[in-house]
Amino acid sequence: MAILVPRRTILAGAIGGVAAGLTGCGPRGNNIGIGLITALTAQSAKSGEAITRGLTVAIDEINANGGLLGHRLELIRRDDESNPGKGVTAARELFYKERVAVLFGGLDTPVARAIVPIASAARTPFVVPWAAGTAITHNGTDPNYVFRVSAVDELVDKAMVAFAQRTYGVRRPGLILLNNPWGQSNEKGLKAALTAAGLALGGSEKFEHSDVDVTPQLGRLRAAGADCLMMVATVGPSAQVVKSLDQMNWDVPVVSHWGPAGGRFSELAGPHANRVKFVQTYSFFGPDSPVKTRVLAALETSYPDIKGPQDVTPAVGVANAYDAMHLAALAIRAAGSLDGNAIRRGFARIDRYDGLIKSYRAPFAHGQDALGEQDYIWAQFDQGRIVPVPAKAV
Amino acid sequence: MDIVPALLTGLALGSVYGLIALGFHITSSVCGALNFAQGASAMMGAVLLWMLTQAGWPVPVAVCVAIGACGLYGLIVERAAIRPFLARKSDAWLMATVALGLVCDNGMMLVFGAEPRSMASPLALSSMRLGRADLGVYPLHLLIPVVMLVLAAGIDLFRRKTLHGTAMLAVAQNRDAASIVGIPVGRVVAAAFALSSALAGIAGMMVAPLSHVETGMGVALGLKAFAVAILGGLGSAWGIVAAALLFGLVEAIVTLGIGSGYTQIVTFLLVIIVLTLRPDGLLGRAQVRKV
Repeated sequence: MAILVPRRTILAGAIGGVAAGLTGCGPRGNNIGIGLITALTAQSAKSGEAITRGLTVAIDEINANGGLLGHRLELIRRDDESNPGKGVTAARELFYKERVAVLFGGLDTPVARAIVPIASAARTPFVVPWAAGTAITHNGTDPNYVFRVSAVDELVDKAMVAFAQRTYGVRRPGLILLNNPWGQSNEKGLKAALTAAGLALGGSEKFEHSDVDVTPQLGRLRAAGADCLMMVATVGPSAQVVKSLDQMNWDVPVVSHWGPAGGRFSELAGPHANRVKFVQTYSFFGPDSPVKTRVLAALETSYPDIKGPQDVTPAVGVANAYDAMHLAALAIRAAGSLDGNAIRRGFARIDRYDGLIKSYRAPFAHGQDALGEQDYIWAQFDQGRIVPVPAKAV
Repeated sequence: MDIVPALLTGLALGSVYGLIALGFHITSSVCGALNFAQGASAMMGAVLLWMLTQAGWPVPVAVCVAIGACGLYGLIVERAAIRPFLARKSDAWLMATVALGLVCDNGMMLVFGAEPRSMASPLALSSMRLGRADLGVYPLHLLIPVVMLVLAAGIDLFRRKTLHGTAMLAVAQNRDAASIVGIPVGRVVAAAFALSSALAGIAGMMVAPLSHVETGMGVALGLKAFAVAILGGLGSAWGIVAAALLFGLVEAIVTLGIGSGYTQIVTFLLVIIVLTLRPDGLLGRAQVRKV
């Protein structure tokens, strides 16, 4: 016998089902969802994996200690493929469907900037463990739901100029920048930093990601009397600069943003990869600490490809994400609930945290960035490993 | 100013574009269609050479196998993305070749990975010297234009002096008549696409040691090669050779002279100006159409 169901009932059921999905009635069960949007495929996949590992180690520690507010944490990842459009779609899903308590993400500055208004509208904290674009946290929103545990372009630019002055005694640095928004943003910052330091500009040149040869740009900088190169570019293009310098036999110091740290720079740049000194927020070859020992042991246990500190690459992704997750956990504890606005206020109430990168003291009491210029270290490649620049060279 | 190395490097890069562009010329002459994803063939040549040498294959063998594989890919392009559409007198091969190129790029990424890798070459280790002067270029920079010129001359001789080349010319002039006299038109067109892809593969292999190997490397190469093919005239191999060298030189001179911010603007404005003055390219001829 056929059972007749009124169409109105079917419609009501369907609407109810969709509404339940949208309002997030707990697809995560009893766990607290922690979102992550980063590049898990394409060129930056290795960096996205580093962020994942840093978050995972921290989440495992928190869960081993009883979780948060009586719940276990669960990492929910989405791939943005370094594409802002995909990042926005994933952010909407994680905020409104998965109902994450905190969203981590933003390997690429354009993706992070695209997510900022979504996070503000969702009133859920968005924590950036990598992207350095100044405008990500200096975004004009009030209240500001965006926090960062990473470098900040504006501060990196000042640090690059100070390092070049201190280490090489430069008088006329030239800029060699990738022709994209990141390069443009740093061009302004570097010019301002050079002016503030009273140094002349030895030219500013841009190049494309696909450029096979950078010798014409470098030739212009050499002709303009540049005595040091300030470089802002990703791994492949940075390697092209080094190869072109080799081709030209131009032995000039290269001070770089952290672009070269994200992949196989030493392989691509060849034997002179170590001429590039770049900014980092952390190196596992730095001073020992109980947190470092604990994190390294956890990484070696969880990931068979990690046999020692040389295998934790890029280290900044792991370290920034690890500390950022613990800081977010402190914010949730301070909030005492999963309300986004309460967690946002909780970030400002964090008093102290002894992390992997440093001992944080009220890291978000006066701003949205937990790391400052004094926290940056300088590194170089040595036999494929990222190591701090020897003290005598600094 | 580093004018000499810049010019020599410009000639080398222009020749890379030229090798890929010669492929456009060959297929366009034979059947009027192009593989718009020629850049994918260039990428495939570089990636396969890298993978084979990493697997321990001797370089000469790896080069031959990689070129052969690129030729095979050209046959697939013709069979899957050209022939079905030409048979229906459709222009959809335009999109089909682009789509097949994307399939190739993404398929190779699954095998090769997303990260760029380095390809070492003894021809790109130390810059060349002329007496006491450092030329600021590697031997490979000088070899690339030579390879392009030799291959262009070889193609020219092949087409004018051999039976198979004559068959290609016959197909280009009148497919139906060529078929009536027993020329296997389908095989000739397929061979043209195989040769076209093999040339692009050679270009990819030659540029890789100067840069690096990655699955996205063919996009910019293919785009510039297409500009070179149009600039030189799709119907003229020697026009393409001249345009390739000119394009590379202009890129280098503009970057060195007025800065990299103007390179693309000036180079492509030049392409537009030349095409305005000579719509069929530098050495191309207007085709006569019977109505």
